[in-house]
Amino acid sequence: MTKFFDALLGRSKPVPARLDALFGLPSAAITLQTEAGLVPTGQAGVCFKPVADASFAEVQGDISKLLTMLKEQQEIKLEELDDKLGYHWVIITEPDIGELVTNVHAVNAGLEDAGYGPQLLCSVFGFTSAPDNPKPQHAYLVYLFKRGSFYPFIPLDGEKRDNVAELHLKGILAKDLKVEEDLQRWFPIWGVPVS
Amino acid sequence: MSTRYPKDPGLTARMTVTIFLLGLLYVAFIGALLAVGVSYTVVIVIAGALLFAQYFFSDKIALFSMHARVVSEQEAPELHAMVDRLCALADMPKPKVGIAESDVPNAFATGRSPRAAVVCVTRGIMRRLDYQELEAVLSHELSHVAHRDVAVMTIASFLGVLAGLITRFTLYAGMFGGYGGGRDNDNNNGAAAVLGIMLISIIVYAISFLLTRALSRYRELSADRSGAILIGAPAALASALTKVTGAMSQIPTRDLRSAEAFNAFFFAPAFAKGFSLSSLFSTHPPLEKRLEQLARLEEQMRHPA
Repeated sequence: MTKFFDALLGRSKPVPARLDALFGLPSAAITLQTEAGLVPTGQAGVCFKPVADASFAEVQGDISKLLTMLKEQQEIKLEELDDKLGYHWVIITEPDIGELVTNVHAVNAGLEDAGYGPQLLCSVFGFTSAPDNPKPQHAYLVYLFKRGSFYPFIPLDGEKRDNVAELHLKGILAKDLKVEEDLQRWFPIWGVPVS
Repeated sequence: MSTRYPKDPGLTARMTVTIFLLGLLYVAFIGALLAVGVSYTVVIVIAGALLFAQYFFSDKIALFSMHARVVSEQEAPELHAMVDRLCALADMPKPKVGIAESDVPNAFATGRSPRAAVVCVTRGIMRRLDYQELEAVLSHELSHVAHRDVAVMTIASFLGVLAGLITRFTLYAGMFGGYGGGRDNDNNNGAAAVLGIMLISIIVYAISFLLTRALSRYRELSADRSGAILIGAPAALASALTKVTGAMSQIPTRDLRSAEAFNAFFFAPAFAKGFSLSSLFSTHPPLEKRLEQLARLEEQMRHPA
């Protein structure tokens, strides 16, 4: 009923980020390795949209302060970068998948606590089929904060994606993770800066 | 002429029966109109004019409604090269080539004659299909052009349009003109005649609707068949069909970051699950049927009788 009135009165609220589902990832990583031969690359990215308003510089200051704190106190290896679509990425490198998930969660939770929850777009975890191959095929698990769900993304050359393999992974992942059911939301992230 | 592919007499027979039934319906309808003794010249002229416009401007209408535009060879060299080769293979004039900026995987062909035809693909289909699959789709669309499907379907739907118009006209005439003031028996008879025409028109409309849909499905199957034969790879068309009609067609190719601006940041819409009407009303045959036909062709190509 509240939803009805919200729609009627046009007062939809920003959807809060849902972070807990992230912790299903380590067990999903084991399943991925045994059933699809995919191993984590040890890198993940947190993507968010910087707020563009008067206090922009201040916000940026807040975020880098937060990240510096995370770097120093929790010894998270992270770098920052801006992509060409105006989004900000925090790239975290950590070979242990359990630790990586904890770190990604820490960065997300920190941003959320600082009030940037609605700006969080997604977290991306890198996987690869052949880590020793000089030109490995990458697969990504994208975590949507607003939906609390994951979906696979396997880019090919020239902004194409391997839909067959993605749908195959859907079945494998469903045991351990909440996989995004609505296929229309499996948006690609071309040129994702995570390896 | 020798060909590795046997003919498909079943498909031809079903199509002929459908066309015959349409023609029969046509004659019966005109007969019924004459029997109730009313002149419907005006309506027939209007219906004719509508269809003439549709026939003549089909390419422009289709391009406009799909937000597509014709592209030059410089803009889309690969697509043009593909169409060039297929036209040479099929020995037909090259149609104009169009692209629609849509993520929905689709393709269509239109135009009243092979000379005035346009073959159009969406960005979504170009991103999703590999080279061979796209070639198969273009080959299917070129078959529509070669079969003059726009002309065939326009003529076939003439009766439906006519019956629909008459239904509407008699309805308005009844609503605004009244079915007689009730002074004598003549008016009552007139009202009965008008109601009779309306009833007949509704029935004719319904039957011709079903028949044209059936005809359209047969045309699709023939285009699948000729398209697959032209490139000699039924499997490529089958895999393209699976990609654009199955679950895969729902997976977007537009970037999350650009989609997000108006999509997922602030609301979580619950898209209603689409419902499909019975296959009786559908303009395209079900996917299984098309795949089945292509698998049969593939089999015949490997083991020619």
